Amino acid sequence: MEFSVMLGQLAEGMVKSIGIFALTLLFSLPLGLLVSFGRMAKNRVISTVFKIYISIMRGTPLMLQLLVVFYGPFYLFGANIGGMYRFIAIILGFSLNYAAYFAEIYRSGIESMPRGQYEAAKVLGYNGRQTFLKIILPQVIKRILPAVTNEVITLVKDTSLAFALAYMEMFTVAKQIAAANTTFMPFVVAGVFYYVFNLLVAVVMEAIEKKLNYYH
Amino acid sequence: MNLLEMNHIRKTFDDLEVIKDISLSVKEGEILSIIGPSGSGKSTLLRCATMLEEIDGGEILYMGERAAWMEGKKACHPGKAQMKRLQEYFGLVFQSFNLFPHYSVMKNLTDAPINIQKRNKEEVYREARELLAKMGLEDKEDAYPCQLSGGQCQRVAIARALALNPKIMFFDEPTSALDPELTGEVLKVIRSLADLHITMVIVTHEMSFAREISDRVIFMDKGVVALEGTPEEVFTSSHNRMQEFLGKFRQH
Repeated sequence: MEFSVMLGQLAEGMVKSIGIFALTLLFSLPLGLLVSFGRMAKNRVISTVFKIYISIMRGTPLMLQLLVVFYGPFYLFGANIGGMYRFIAIILGFSLNYAAYFAEIYRSGIESMPRGQYEAAKVLGYNGRQTFLKIILPQVIKRILPAVTNEVITLVKDTSLAFALAYMEMFTVAKQIAAANTTFMPFVVAGVFYYVFNLLVAVVMEAIEKKLNYYH
Repeated sequence: MNLLEMNHIRKTFDDLEVIKDISLSVKEGEILSIIGPSGSGKSTLLRCATMLEEIDGGEILYMGERAAWMEGKKACHPGKAQMKRLQEYFGLVFQSFNLFPHYSVMKNLTDAPINIQKRNKEEVYREARELLAKMGLEDKEDAYPCQLSGGQCQRVAIARALALNPKIMFFDEPTSALDPELTGEVLKVIRSLADLHITMVIVTHEMSFAREISDRVIFMDKGVVALEGTPEEVFTSSHNRMQEFLGKFRQH
């Protein structure tokens, strides 16, 4: 196989990996905030439900969760899981899993905020929503950025788990080419791809951190 | 009319009664200092007055309107709109400043007046600049709190509270987190407010300052008002606990 052909096929897979990555972040970052609210809810029933959710999501393999989300509807309800559902299941599985991790990161940030910030806002007339959006959240984002970077970098590599659902992202493609041509080369190329991708992620996150460095 | 009235206030933390049936009132233009040993309930009283703590007994009135009262064992407040209006009667300066670190000095001062009180932007900015000038911080409007000294931070915090045009200012040990030099500059600013006849309630450990600036002084001890009167009366009183308390200060 021509090297350039292989590169082209891997690049196609790469685009799909990036798709999983971007959509997962798009859904899991806000979803994680909602989960963290549920986890911190004063109502014991609600907070326990979310605690269990987080516990399961963090305590079982992501690959297993992907399989459950994809095959679950078929085994449980005999639903049709063809067509677009494969991709939907991947995004759903990744988002539900990463939301749990992000939720705990948000919670750590929110709970680390000094009470004085809430009290000052209250005395100045900010209501609960304004206090959270204007005073608390911006500071929380700055505090949790290093932890979020960690998760995002893990996500880049985790996209390869979509091979479990035979989705043609980069790692699946690399495996196929390698098997068909008895060569290790596609894995090396894929490795370089993942590494460069993560290098880019690190650069971007560092830039954001720097941008938020105007205050302590 | 009394600007602030606190009647028979009680506050309990778990089983510890921190405030035991305290009543006090503040008239317009009056400066009241609250002194007393640590743990006597001074700060808690202030936090009750500013609704940062729920009372466990009694009632709080601003300008004759009830802001907090008891119904059974539960503290009650008026509805949202009225509460917001009552809240605008007072400003609070904290011991630990509690400035918003992600906002510039100017934004710390102007965000609430513009976005909460919905006042005219130009006017708010103009007033904020005047306030900063009064605080000796005219060149700091673009600075962030982390770039300022403790004394400067506290002056910004005072300006931030004043920017909402409160009728009464509460100070909760405003200089306790500052070294003596920085304490001086903050006290100077508070003194300048006294000259403007701004109504103030000051919890402080600065005895000579309290004596000099106040119209009235309250000496609190173990959750009750042990002494109340003019600075002269309180500081020259032969009251046992007061003498003991002042004695401790002279030793330092």
